[in-house]
Amino acid sequence: MAELIRLEGIVKSFDDNIVLNGIDLSVDENEFVTLLGPSGCGKTTTLRIIGGFETPDQGRVYFNGVDITDMPANKRPINTVFQNYALFPHMDVGENIAFSLRVKGEDEKTIKKKVADALELVNLKGFEKRRIDQLSGGQQQRIAMARAIVNEPKVLLLDEPLGALDLKLRQEMEYELVRLKKELGITFIYITHDQEEALTMSDKVVVMNEGYIQQEGTPQEIYDEPVNAFVADFIGDSNILSGVMSDEKVVRIDGIDYPCIDGTEEGFPPRRKVDVVIRPEDIDIVPYGKGLWNGTITSKLFIGVHYEMLVQSETGKIEWLLQNYDQHEVGEKIGMYVDPENIQIMHKPKSEAEAAIEIDL
Amino acid sequence: MKASKAYSIPFIIWIFAGTLVPLASIAFYGFTNRDGDFTLENILAMFRSDHMQALGLSLLLALISTAICLVIAFPMAMVLRESKYGKQGFLIFVIILPMWMNFLLRTMAWQVLLERQGVINAVISAIGLPRQEMMNTPGAIVLGMVYDFLPFMILPIYNTVSKIDDHLIEAAYDLGAGRSKVYTKIILPLSVPGIVSGITMVFIPALTTFVISNMLGGGKINLIGNIIEQEFTVNSNWYLGSGLSLVMMLFIIASMLILQRFDKTGGASLI
Repeated sequence: MAELIRLEGIVKSFDDNIVLNGIDLSVDENEFVTLLGPSGCGKTTTLRIIGGFETPDQGRVYFNGVDITDMPANKRPINTVFQNYALFPHMDVGENIAFSLRVKGEDEKTIKKKVADALELVNLKGFEKRRIDQLSGGQQQRIAMARAIVNEPKVLLLDEPLGALDLKLRQEMEYELVRLKKELGITFIYITHDQEEALTMSDKVVVMNEGYIQQEGTPQEIYDEPVNAFVADFIGDSNILSGVMSDEKVVRIDGIDYPCIDGTEEGFPPRRKVDVVIRPEDIDIVPYGKGLWNGTITSKLFIGVHYEMLVQSETGKIEWLLQNYDQHEVGEKIGMYVDPENIQIMHKPKSEAEAAIEIDL
Repeated sequence: MKASKAYSIPFIIWIFAGTLVPLASIAFYGFTNRDGDFTLENILAMFRSDHMQALGLSLLLALISTAICLVIAFPMAMVLRESKYGKQGFLIFVIILPMWMNFLLRTMAWQVLLERQGVINAVISAIGLPRQEMMNTPGAIVLGMVYDFLPFMILPIYNTVSKIDDHLIEAAYDLGAGRSKVYTKIILPLSVPGIVSGITMVFIPALTTFVISNMLGGGKINLIGNIIEQEFTVNSNWYLGSGLSLVMMLFIIASMLILQRFDKTGGASLI
């Protein structure tokens, strides 16, 4: 697929506060890209720079190979669905959707047809004459979508569009968005702090924190192979532990050696201090003494499909988070096993890693 | 009676004594003659040519002043909206500052500035131009009105434009609108409630003022306010004065009804 948008070395600060610290990002045509991160990570600023509402202090923005860094928002073939929808309160639904068409000076007959088509696309046929304050949150969201797509932009920017909706509506809208994206065949750049939204809808997830891109990849890659503890922690529940490579492809955590699949070749030679991520659903419960390590269940929660348990390890102070379909009782002593390929070895954050390369075992 | 309702008693007394009773007595005087008989004479007296002339001039000067205030106030309100928080407070302070001084004193100060031997003429003659007759002209009255009433136009408009969500303006740009379209299609329509209350707060006092026209018109230019005032003070004809006042009230109510039609949101409805 052809590259549509490219950000090169974007730096942006407000007053003395550096918000973006050199962002490089490439978005392909027809891709659904999600910028994911906690509030204050710079994702909204990145979106506003793409939309033309902010100018970066350094770096360039390219659209289809053309530098658009200094192009004002109203000239960009990019439209935005704002977080609070930003529907014009003094216009009815039809006038809101028709706004960009009227600005362009299309004739009223074409406008009428395009507005009706856009409303049909968001499943709100016949809503032209409704007033904005008569609409529910979900309907306003759909109108904001219709208004943004009626002018057939090449790229749609979505700033946490589902943030204000309740859970059920949000899940419905996730399917809607994916359907819309397929029907329109345009590029979506989506912002959220909700990892589930990001994983469900995106072709590519870009995890951001403190003005840096931490990792980008498919939802599967981000979930299965987080590059650092931040990403692992942000995407899903996980056990994030400190360990040290005790041998080639063996990592020692809390005094116990676990075989894993990363070694010197992958950049983790023996004696290197590392972070280890083990997803709670990857830990199998086996009879006591039959696994790699043992522990005692200290608490148990039923959360819908599975049980979530905390297990105190026998050897040390680690409390493991487990997810399992079988029921076990609090107080039960169990053995635990984890497949070598489900142990994610990661580099320590830079500052710590430098101080801790050589460790005596 | 609930305690919370009892708190409104002072205001009810105030309204009764300060508004309803005087209004009733004006209505009474307006519809009676010196013998206490009912008459429409005082009302119809508005159609006398000298009164019509004064009314016409009042309407004209009030309209001009309101228009000038609007043209100055709207850009100022937008500047206030876009300025940073600390600077905004300072600018509002500057706008309100003249109100710290007595209204009569402020108007009197314009006499000193505008008069034939006044400050402005001194500057004009110093650069070799002929002295201008500025006092006792309709222009001087308009100047006084604009000067005195401008804050009443700026503040309500500022109040409305400052509440316009930035995202609405960004959305308009995002949808392809240029600067002028953003103003005419988004900012201006959303400012209507503030503009309507600004116009109301400038037009009504400008229409009925007699102090400004007395002080800057030198008694030579009669506005309808002056005529009513003279009926009460000089001619001691409370009956005619009240009758003309009642007609003025109709004008004010009519102008407010017209303004209200522009304000679909009803945010500035005063009646």
